[in-house]
Amino acid sequence: MRGAAIASRLRPGVNERMNLPLDWIRALEGGALIGLSASLMLAFNGRVAGVSGMVGGLLQPSPGDWSWRALFLAGLALGGVVAAAVLPNAFAASPASTGTVLAAGLLVGFGSRVGNGCTSGHGVCGISRLSPRSVAATLTFISTGAITVLLTGGSP
Amino acid sequence: MTPLARRRAEGAVALASGTLFGLGLAVAGMTRPEKVIGFLDFFRNWDPSLAFVMGGAIAVHATSWRALKGRRSPLLATRFLVPTRRDLDARLIVGAAIFGAGWGLGGLCPGPGIASLATAAPSVALFLVAMLAGNLGAARVEPFIGRALKRG
Repeated sequence: MRGAAIASRLRPGVNERMNLPLDWIRALEGGALIGLSASLMLAFNGRVAGVSGMVGGLLQPSPGDWSWRALFLAGLALGGVVAAAVLPNAFAASPASTGTVLAAGLLVGFGSRVGNGCTSGHGVCGISRLSPRSVAATLTFISTGAITVLLTGGSP
Repeated sequence: MTPLARRRAEGAVALASGTLFGLGLAVAGMTRPEKVIGFLDFFRNWDPSLAFVMGGAIAVHATSWRALKGRRSPLLATRFLVPTRRDLDARLIVGAAIFGAGWGLGGLCPGPGIASLATAAPSVALFLVAMLAGNLGAARVEPFIGRALKRG
C-alpha cells in the first residue's frame, strides 16, 4: 500500500477512483499532520487549534492575542500554497453556484461562531480531549451536513 | 525568557503549526469540496475516506493530550487556555447544526477555505467573505440568541 502511494506520486496520472485505498492513506497522512499541528499549538502555546475561533478572535481583537492568531491563519494559507506547488490534485473548483457558495459561507461563519467551533476545534481538538460538548457538536454538524447533501443532490 | 521573546517564539510556533495544518488539510483531500460532499453523502454514493482524516488527527492529538495533561504549563506560554465546559446547551447544538448545513452546501469549512486561498479562485474569496460576514453577524445577534434559547 505504501509502495502504491509512492508509485502514484511518481506517476501523477494514476486514476484515483481505481485506487480507493490510496485516498484513505492520504487522508490518514493528512490527518496525522493536522494532529501534529494541533499538538504543537497545545504543547508550546497551550492553545486549541480551532480555526473558526481564531477567525473570530481576529475580527474582535484583544491586545496580545491578535498576532498568534494572525500567524496561524497566515500559515494555513501558506500551507495551501505549498500544497498547490507539490500536489497537483490538492484543490478542485467548487461545483456550487455563486448563490450557493454565498449561502454556504454565511451559514459556516454564523453557525461556527454560535456553536463555538468548527471541524478543527470540535472535530479534532475537542474530541481528542473527549469533551462532551465537542462530541455533541461534531455529531450534530455531520448529521445536518448529511441531511443538506441529501436534500441538495450530493455527489454525482 | 523575556515576555517579548516568548511572544515571538509563540508566534513562530503558530506560523509553523498553521502551515502544517494547511498542508495536512490539502494532503487529506479536505480542500476538494466535491470530496467533502461525497463524505457527507451517506445514503447514496458514500466516500468514506475523509473519516480517516479525523481518525488520523484524533489518534495523534489524543495521544499528545494524554501526555500533556499532567503538566502545569505549556512549553512556552504561561498556562493552558483550553475550554473546560462540559455541559450541553441549545446554543451549541443550534450553532453546530447551522454550521453543518453550510458545510454540506458548499463542501468547505473554515480551515480548508483559508488554505484554498492558494487557488486564487473567486468562489473561495466569496466563501471567505461570506464566512467573515456570518461570523460578524453572529457576534451582533449573540446576546439575543442566548436569551431566545434560554426562554425556549
